[in-house]
Amino acid sequence: MDGLPFLAAAVRISVPYALAAVGACFSERGGVINIALEGIMLNGALGYTLAAHATGDPWLGLAAALGAGIVTAALHALVTIGFRADQITSGLGINLLSMGLTRFVLRAVFDSSSNSPRVAGFSELPLGPLGDLPGLGPVLATPLVLGAAAAVAAAQWTLFRSVFGLRLRVMGERPEAGATLGLSVPRYRTLGVLVSGAFAGVAGAWLASEQHSFTDGMTGGRGYIALAAMIVGKWSPLGAAAACFLFGAAEALQIALQGSAFPAEVLQMLPYLVTMLALAGFIGRAVAPRAVGVPYDPERP
Amino acid sequence: MSAAPPAAAPPAGPPPEPSAAAAPRAAAGAWLVALSPVAAVGAALLAGSAFIAAIGEDPLALWSLVFAEAFGTGYGLGQTLFKATPLVFTGLAVALGFRAGLFNIGAEGQLYLGGFAAGLAGLALAGLPWPLPLLGCALAAALAGGVWGAIPGALKARFGAHEVINTIMLNFVAFALVSYLGRPHFMFESVRTAELPPAAWLPRLDALWPALRGSPANAALLLGLALAAGVGAFLFRTRRGYELRAVGLNAAAAEYGGIHVGRAQLLALALSGAVAGLGGLNFVNGYKHWFELGFSGGAGFLGIAVALIGRNHPLGVLLAALFFGALSYGGLVVHQRVPGELVEVLEGIVILCAISAHRIAERLARRMR
Repeated sequence: MDGLPFLAAAVRISVPYALAAVGACFSERGGVINIALEGIMLNGALGYTLAAHATGDPWLGLAAALGAGIVTAALHALVTIGFRADQITSGLGINLLSMGLTRFVLRAVFDSSSNSPRVAGFSELPLGPLGDLPGLGPVLATPLVLGAAAAVAAAQWTLFRSVFGLRLRVMGERPEAGATLGLSVPRYRTLGVLVSGAFAGVAGAWLASEQHSFTDGMTGGRGYIALAAMIVGKWSPLGAAAACFLFGAAEALQIALQGSAFPAEVLQMLPYLVTMLALAGFIGRAVAPRAVGVPYDPERP
Repeated sequence: MSAAPPAAAPPAGPPPEPSAAAAPRAAAGAWLVALSPVAAVGAALLAGSAFIAAIGEDPLALWSLVFAEAFGTGYGLGQTLFKATPLVFTGLAVALGFRAGLFNIGAEGQLYLGGFAAGLAGLALAGLPWPLPLLGCALAAALAGGVWGAIPGALKARFGAHEVINTIMLNFVAFALVSYLGRPHFMFESVRTAELPPAAWLPRLDALWPALRGSPANAALLLGLALAAGVGAFLFRTRRGYELRAVGLNAAAAEYGGIHVGRAQLLALALSGAVAGLGGLNFVNGYKHWFELGFSGGAGFLGIAVALIGRNHPLGVLLAALFFGALSYGGLVVHQRVPGELVEVLEGIVILCAISAHRIAERLARRMR
């Protein structure tokens, strides 16, 4: 197993995880659990495929994925912030809805119950010598990879160094305090959820552009892995991205070991077991924002 | 909407008792909250009708067709009951967790492992006289599901680790674990085990009730009904059940009252897992007579919707399971005219409407006081 191709595979696999997990930090730091990541990614992937199929332009596909992600997240925001309903259940409902809806559109538009025709992907950026690195070069030259890396840094700064980030985090820790400052709790929480939707939508675009098509249920639980990575990364974009890379590497190893006697299922379980250990406090305690999951209800303090 | 589904009947769950002064307005508010699932189902069916109309079909005619197919013939009713059976188990499982204030999203994995354990037990006990293999399968299913539920229960009790995330994670671990452990047993292109001995089979219901002839409805449904009664008796008639509900209503107050909160939580999730695990018998012992990869097919997740619509009451769970069973069989039958995906979309909408309607009703009820 060569080092660079392995690294490239790990990066390739972890990009969608990282995008969705980094976005989820915004939702959860603002106080809204986002289990809908899976459905948002799926809708994002479909949005990309539809637009890329219609126009042949991957960038328009990306825009459509972004839009699909934000619209799906808006539904989550409406139910959890507007109606103050349970956040976990809302996420599960949206995931179910998205599974059915994407399959429905797939059949209506492409007349297939399993996959879309081939669509355009992104062309490589001219990176010069960096792009010529064996194995790793083509991955680095994919626009979304560098974009994702930049997004992780920007997200970390926004969440922990900007006024918006501070205020958003107040809404996830002590929303009453935020309200006392004259800030609108619903507005900040909604923004957090929408940012999460935008990120997860782009994650879906990455999946569809890499695969050059949409297939039924193509996210295959990746939204849940992203959620797990966010927890292992302790609700911070940098930590989440690191956990995503770890999970991506485990998956790349699984592929590399295919055909050997080593049971792939053991590696498959790794992200989930690591997350459970982190939650139980065995690898540094993962503590959720204090008010996450609690609908903000000014009538009932 | 002519074909109002049976689940639209008010769940028999006790409306939340208004405290001291039971003014009529407060009682009306309580009924409003209790009936919110009906409003949710209505809203979802309305949304489904819009969908159906959008693809050029007559919603009213289609709903009547679904109703007629799901309940009008013996075979259709049997199919509906068969689809409802695993939902009875997973709905009860999720409701048990909710009663203790715990969200068990792991019913899917527990059901799956339960079916797997039942399959292996049936194969291992081949040759023993009836009913030993069948009992062995049931025991194995309950045990496998129970252990899978007890893990997040113990992590919650001991470390305060959030059961939602842990049960989600354990679903995926269960899928991988079954693929790994099952390898030596899977044949026929590695998707299923060999056939279980007939002594491990659950009888079909058409043996008792010939009208259901040809449908796969089987005695697992009777087990589910018995479990519903058992869960009801446990929750509302036993001390442990009381403790469990007290923890769910207010863990701090329960602890102050001398209840061991951690133990109640562990018990709740272990029982929840065992109930979900037993649901595996429907497919493995009652229908195909073998374990098959991916047999659970989302019944565990749908159990959450069943518990929500059933208001976490055994009777409500039965009605809600029947509703979703009818929806999934009816949707299958009319798929020539409307795409089958519509059922999934509807299920999602029912869930979103149920939780929203509940909160809206609560707020209205609060204002009425």
